[in-house]
Amino acid sequence: MTMIFEPDFGTPASEKSQLVSLEIDGKAITVAADTSIMRAALVAGIDIPKLCSTDRLKAFGSCRLCVIQVDGRNGTPSSCTTPVVEGMKVSTHSEKLDRIRRGVMELYLSDHPAECATGDECEVHGVAKKIGITTTRYVKGETHLDLKKDETNPYFTFDSTECIVCNRCVRACDEVQGTFALTIENRGFEARVSASGTSFMESECVSCGACVQACPTGALTEKTLLTIGAPTSSVITTCAYCGVGCSFKAEMRGDQLVRMVPLKEGGANEGHSCVKGRFAYGYATHSDRITKPMIRSTITDSWKEVSWEEAITFAADGLKKIQAESGRNAIGGITSSRCTNEEVYVVQKMVRAAFANNNVDTCARVCHSPTGYGLGQTFGTSAGTQDFESVEHSDVIMLIGANPTSAHPVFASRMKKAIRKGAQLIVVDPRVIALVRTPGVEAAHHLQLMPGTNVAVINALAHVIVTEGLVKRDFVDARCEEKSFKDWEAFISLPENSPEVLEASSRVPADEIRKAARLFASVPNASIYYGLGVTEHSQGSTMVMGIANLAMVTGNIGRKGVGVNPLRGQNNVQGSCDMGSFPHELPGYRHISNPDTRKIYNDMWGVTLDAEPGMRIPNMFDAALAGEYRGLYVQGEDIAQSDPNTSHVHAALRAMDMVIVQDLFLNETAKFAHVFFPGTSFLEKDGTFTNAERRINRVRPVMKSPTGKSEYEVTCDLATAMGYPMAYENGAAIMDEIAATTPTFSGVSFKKLDEVGSVQWPCNEANPEGTPTMHLESFMRGLGQFMRTPYVATDEKANRKFPLLLTTGRVLSQYNVGAQTRRTANNIWHTEDILDLHESDAQLRGIADGSWVKLASRVGETIMRARITDEVPAGVVYTTFHFPESGANVITTDLSDWATNCPEYKVTAVEITPSIKGPGEMVETHISGDSQLNSIVRMANQIAANIPASDAPEIKVAHHIVQFWTKTMIERLHKDVDRSQLSPTVIKAIEVLLVTQ
Amino acid sequence: MRVFVPGDSAAVSIGANDVAAAITRIDPSLTIVRNGSRGALWLEVLVEVETANGRIAYGPVMPADVQSLFDADFLNGGAHPLARGKTDEIPWLASQERITFARVGIIDPLSLEEYGQHGGLVGLRNALKSTSEIIINEVTESGLRGRGGAGFPAGIKWKTVAQTTSDQKYICCNADEGDSGTFADRMLIEGDPFTLIEGMTIAGIAVGATEGIVYLRSEYPYAISILQKAIELARVFGWLGTSVLGSTHAFDIQIRIGAGSYVCGEETAMLESIEGKRGVVRAKPPLPAIEGLFGQPTVINNVLTLSTVPMVLAQGADAYKARGVGRSLGTQVFQLGGNIARGGIVEKAFGITLNELLETYGGGTLSGNPFRAVQIGGPLGAYFSTEQLETSMDYESLIAAGGMLGHGGLVVFDDIVDLAVQAKFAMEFCAIESCGKCTPCRIGSTRGAETIDLIIQGVKVEENKKLLLDLCEVMTDGSLCAMGGLTPMPVKSAMVNFPSDFLGAAR
Repeated sequence: MTMIFEPDFGTPASEKSQLVSLEIDGKAITVAADTSIMRAALVAGIDIPKLCSTDRLKAFGSCRLCVIQVDGRNGTPSSCTTPVVEGMKVSTHSEKLDRIRRGVMELYLSDHPAECATGDECEVHGVAKKIGITTTRYVKGETHLDLKKDETNPYFTFDSTECIVCNRCVRACDEVQGTFALTIENRGFEARVSASGTSFMESECVSCGACVQACPTGALTEKTLLTIGAPTSSVITTCAYCGVGCSFKAEMRGDQLVRMVPLKEGGANEGHSCVKGRFAYGYATHSDRITKPMIRSTITDSWKEVSWEEAITFAADGLKKIQAESGRNAIGGITSSRCTNEEVYVVQKMVRAAFANNNVDTCARVCHSPTGYGLGQTFGTSAGTQDFESVEHSDVIMLIGANPTSAHPVFASRMKKAIRKGAQLIVVDPRVIALVRTPGVEAAHHLQLMPGTNVAVINALAHVIVTEGLVKRDFVDARCEEKSFKDWEAFISLPENSPEVLEASSRVPADEIRKAARLFASVPNASIYYGLGVTEHSQGSTMVMGIANLAMVTGNIGRKGVGVNPLRGQNNVQGSCDMGSFPHELPGYRHISNPDTRKIYNDMWGVTLDAEPGMRIPNMFDAALAGEYRGLYVQGEDIAQSDPNTSHVHAALRAMDMVIVQDLFLNETAKFAHVFFPGTSFLEKDGTFTNAERRINRVRPVMKSPTGKSEYEVTCDLATAMGYPMAYENGAAIMDEIAATTPTFSGVSFKKLDEVGSVQWPCNEANPEGTPTMHLESFMRGLGQFMRTPYVATDEKANRKFPLLLTTGRVLSQYNVGAQTRRTANNIWHTEDILDLHESDAQLRGIADGSWVKLASRVGETIMRARITDEVPAGVVYTTFHFPESGANVITTDLSDWATNCPEYKVTAVEITPSIKGPGEMVETHISGDSQLNSIVRMANQIAANIPASDAPEIKVAHHIVQFWTKTMIERLHKDVDRSQLSPTVIKAIEVLLVTQ
Repeated sequence: MRVFVPGDSAAVSIGANDVAAAITRIDPSLTIVRNGSRGALWLEVLVEVETANGRIAYGPVMPADVQSLFDADFLNGGAHPLARGKTDEIPWLASQERITFARVGIIDPLSLEEYGQHGGLVGLRNALKSTSEIIINEVTESGLRGRGGAGFPAGIKWKTVAQTTSDQKYICCNADEGDSGTFADRMLIEGDPFTLIEGMTIAGIAVGATEGIVYLRSEYPYAISILQKAIELARVFGWLGTSVLGSTHAFDIQIRIGAGSYVCGEETAMLESIEGKRGVVRAKPPLPAIEGLFGQPTVINNVLTLSTVPMVLAQGADAYKARGVGRSLGTQVFQLGGNIARGGIVEKAFGITLNELLETYGGGTLSGNPFRAVQIGGPLGAYFSTEQLETSMDYESLIAAGGMLGHGGLVVFDDIVDLAVQAKFAMEFCAIESCGKCTPCRIGSTRGAETIDLIIQGVKVEENKKLLLDLCEVMTDGSLCAMGGLTPMPVKSAMVNFPSDFLGAAR
C-alpha cells in the first residue's frame, strides 16, 4: 500500500466557462478565465514554489515565493493572486525571481527551527531546498523560537515556533469552516496566529481540523502524528458518524491509524471535516470493545465467551425453537443505519428468506421514516432531491428543525459559505440555534414556533403564498397533478390555515410568517433543509408533505439551488432504508405486495416471500408483551436506550426468549440479550454507505477485524444455521446482487465506485453516472401530488401538572447515545447532558444556573443539571440524549407519527423541580390504558384527514392501511376500537377492508 | 467686530484657545471667529482683526501678549512688535498659489454662508448641470493626480468606477494621514471641511455612488468633530441626503475612525478596516475601483485630491492645468516640518525647486545649524542631501532623483543627524507598522534593522551592506504593498547620498 497524494493547485478552480490561452515558460496553456497564473502553471506541470496558497482557499499572496514576471508588465507579482489574461507571456524563473525567492526564504529560515519536529510535514525546508538554499545569512536576532506550545486541544498541538504566519489556518477557519475562531494578533514582526486571543481550548474553536489540514508547517499538527510517526500508507474510506458521509484518507503507519485526513475529492465534504470524523475514531480500538462471541441462557446469567460456531448454533437453535413453538412470525430483526448497505441488505434478506417473514425494521423508524412516507406520497421516492453542493446556488434557504452546526457540521459549513455569499436564511425552530446568529450569518427570519406546531407554520406559509398570488403557476401546471393541486389550494386557502389564526398555536407572529413566505416565494432558487425536528412528531409525515407542497407550489424542484433535503442523522440512514429494511418494502422502496417485485427475489433467493408487511419496531414490542413475539436480532442499534418510553421497551425485551445483539460494545440492549455477536468498526468494514444526498461512498477496510469475521459473514452463518444457506465472497458480491435486483442501483458496483469515487442513485442505464439532482423533468411518480395537511395538535400537551414542553437534540462533540464519542477525548467538551431552560421558568421554580433539577413527564423522571439560557423561549426546555445516565428517553412518551410510528421525541410535556441530589435511580411510571389502541385511533383518523378529497376517500384510506399496517393492527381497528372515536371516512374504510378481505 | 483666532489643532497646541479666552475676557463684545490656520505655523498663534482696510495680522501671539495688543489698539490695526500688516500681503503667504487651500484660514470653517461667498458650491452646481462623462472628462483633463502619494490620475480612476455596473458604489476619502511631517489633510478638514464634502459629492455624482465614507484617524479628534458638524450642516442645508441640492442625485457621507494603525492608510487595508476587519493589505487585483469596499466598486482618493475637485469643476480643467510642469499639473500642498525656521503649508505649482521651498519659505533650519538632509514624502520617502537642492519638486523629477513626492511632506534635519540611525529607524518603523501579512515586510524589516545595527557597530560592514542591499531588493520587489515596497527607499537613499554614515567603526 502506498500514500495517496492529492495534488494542490494552489488556488481554487475558476467557475468561468470562457477559455483563455497564454504562455508560461514558453509552453502554450489554455485554462478557464479567472484562473490564477499559479493554477494554470501547476495544472500544466510547471512547478512554482509556494507556501501560503492552497487550492481550498482563496488566493492570499503573502509568502511571496510564487512571484513571476509577465512580458510587458512591471514588477514581480505573485502568481497566486494574478489571473491569466489572453495572450500573456509569463516567466516563472529568472535571475531576478530566483533572487527574490531566495531572499524571502532566507527571511523565513531566520525565524524557523533548523529542524522541525514533524519532519517532512513542514514544507518550509522542502521548498527551501527546491529553490536552492538551506541556510540564512542573517545572524540570529529577534525570533519567535522560544514561544510555548499550545497543547490544550486533545487532538492537535499548536507550536508557534514553526508558524510562518501564512494565515492558512485563519483563512481555513473563516472560509472553509466559517467559525472565525482564529486570527492574527498584533502587527508587523509581532504578528502571530492566535485562537481568539486565548488558548485553542478556551477559544471558539470547534476542532474541525481545517486549520491542521491547511497548515503547511508543523505548527498545527495532530498529536498522533507526533506520537506514532509519519504515515506510510493510506486508504480512502467514509466516516461513520452523521449522514453527511465525509470521505477521508485513513493514513496508516504499519497497522496503526495515524490520522484521518479529509479527502479533497470527497463529493460530500470536498476536503472538510468535523471534530467527530476527523479525530473521534479512537472508540474503534477502545478497551471496552468486545471481540469474542458470547452467550447466556438467561439475561440474569453472566456472559460466557464461546467460539463463533457455538454462538451461531446457540442463536439459531433458539430462534428455530421459538418458530416451532409460536410460528414463523414470532421472530424478526432490526437493521442498523450505522452498518453498510451490504450488511443491512444481508440482514433483511436473512429475515425475509431464512426467518420466512417480513418482520424487519430499522432504526430509521425512529428518525426519518416520515421522510420516506411523505416524499414517497408527494414526489414518488424517499430521498433528498439535491446534492450538498446545491446549497451554494440557493438564494433563500429554509432550515426547519435541524441544527446543522452541531449535527451536520460539514454541511453547515457549506451552508454558512452560501449565506456569506448572499443567500438569505429562514430558520424554523423553537430554539435559537447557532445559525440564527453566528459570525458571518444572520437569519433573515427566525420563526420561533412552539414544539409540535410545525404543520401550523408550514400551512401558514403556504396559505400566504396561495392567497397572495405567489404560486408558480407554470411549474404547478406542467409538473403537478391538477386535481390534487386544486383540492390542496382550496384546503390551504381556508381561513383556519391563515397565519393570523395559527399564530395562537404556533406563537409565531403572523406578520413574520407573511414576510418569510414572501421572501421564500420571491427568489429564483429557494431550498428547504430539515432534520429530526420535522420528522420526530406525531404529525411528522404531515409536515414532510407540507414541505413538499411548499417546494412544489413555489416551483422549487428539479434544478440546482432548490429542493427538499432531509439531513439524515446517521451515516447510512438513507442506505439502510434503500436496502429494504422496512417491513413493507423490498430494496429500492418497492412494496412487498407487488408480485413482480417479489418474483425477482423469489427467483434469485429460491424462496416464496410473504406478501404481507411485517411488524414495525413498536409492533414488535407490543407483540412481545403479548407473548407472541419472542426472538429478535438487533444489528448495531441500542434500542434500550434510544427508543422512546424506555420502560415499555425494557419490558418488551425482558419478555423475549432470544435477543441477539450485534455491536461493538455491551450496550444497554445487550443487558437484555442472550447472544452477543461482536461487530466490526467502520475501519474494518468492506462495503458502502449512502449519505443524505443519496451518494454511495466506499467504506474500505483500513485494519483487520479483531473478531475474525465480517458482520455480513456472521449474518450469513446464522441464516445458514437456520437452514437457509447464505454466503458471499466479499462485499462487492453483495452489491452485485443488490444491483442485479434493484433498478435504481443497477449501475452500481465496487468497481464503478473505485473508478469514479462515488455515485448518487438512481445509478442505472438511464443515469450511468448517477443523479445529483432528482426530479429534473418529471417526478419519480410522474406528476407531483399535493397532499392535504390539516394541523392537528399533538396529544402531548402542556398542562398544569406538566407545564413545560421538552425538546431534544445533539451537541457537536457527542453523537447520538454516545456509544462512540463517549469513548473518545470528545468528552472534554461535553461530559453530561444538560437541561436548558429560560430564565423566567428558572426563577418561577427557584432554579439556579448549574444546579440539579428533577425532570418529570407523564411516563418517568430523571435528574440532570440545569443551564439558564435565552436559547430556548419561556415554556420550552431542551436537552441532549448522549449519556445513558441522564436517561432522557426515560421521559419521552410512546406517541408517534400517524403514518410511520416515528416516535414523538421532540415534544414531551414536563415539569422541573429543584433537586438536592445528583442523578440516581431513574423512575419509570407505567401509563394506564391501552397505548396501542389509542395510537391506532389517532393514526387512522389522520390518514383520513391527509387524503385529498376525492369521490371515494375511504378506498385510499383502506389502501394506506393495507400497505403499511400489520394484520394485528387492522384486526384491532375493526374489532377493538370504539367507532365513535373514528371519522366517518375511517368507518367506511373499515367496511372496504372487510369486503376486500 | 470680528477677531480671528485659529481653532486649528496646531494653533491650539501652542495656546490659541487661551489667546481667544484672554481676548474675550478683556472685551466680551468681540466676535471671535475660530478660523482654520493660514498655514504659516511659524506665526501661530496668528490673530487677525477685520478692519476697514482688510484683515490685519499679529503673530505669533501668546496669551501673555493679549493685553499689550489691546493696549496697542490692535482692533484698529495699531502698531505692535507682533504686527505683520495685512495678512494677504505677508510675502510668505502672498507668494503662494492657494487653490486647494484657497479658503483655509480665511473663512469660518462651519459657515455655509461664507463658504458660498468664497466660491463654495460653484463646482458642485456645475457638476449637477453636467453629465457623468463631462465631469470625469474635466477631472481627467485637469491633470489632477492622487495626492495621497501614488499620483494616479484621478479622472482615470473615476472612469473605471463609473464604467462598472453595481447597485452600490462608494466614495472613500482616505484621511488616515499617518506620514510623519504631514498635516495638510488635517488642516484642510479643520479649516474648510465643506470643500472636502463638495469634492466627495461631485465624485459621487460622477461615478454613480450614493455613499461616501471618510476614514479619519483617531489622532485627529478636532478634525473629526469639525467634519461631523459640517456633514450635519450640509444635511440640514439639503446638500447631503436623498436629493443633493434638489437634484435627483442622492449622496451622504459618514465618518469612520481609524484605530491608530499606519498601514490602514494603505488603501486596501483601509477598506478592510472600514469593513470592521483587521487592517491588513489585500492583494491586487482586484482593484478597489472594481471590487472595493464590501466588494463594490469604490473610488478611493486622498483628502487633498477630493478637495481640489470643486475648484476644477468651478474654474475648469484649463485653469488648473495652466500651472505645473510636465505631467505634474496644478499645485502641490507642501508641508514643511522638522528642523526648519518657518514651517507650515506652502501650496505652490509643481516645479518649484527644493531649495526654494527650504530657503525662501523655510528660512533654513530652526537650530541655525547647517542643513544636512531632508526626507521628502513621509517615513518611506528618500533622504535628500545638500547636493540635490536644485531638484524640481514634481512627481517625475523626484522619482528620477531616487525619491518620491508622497503626500508632500518635507522633514528637515541639520548636521547632527546620523543617516545610518535614520535608516535603521525606517526599518524599525516598518517592523512596528507592517500589517504582518507578507514575509518581506513582516520579517525583512526586523532583519533590516538588525543588519543596519551591525553596520553601525562595525560588524562585517561590507558583507552586511551587501546583505542589506539584497534585502532591500527583496522588500522592494517582493512586498505586497507600498509599505514594505518603499521602506528600502529611505534606507538606500541614506546609503547612497550619505555614504560616510555607513562606514561602521571607521566613521
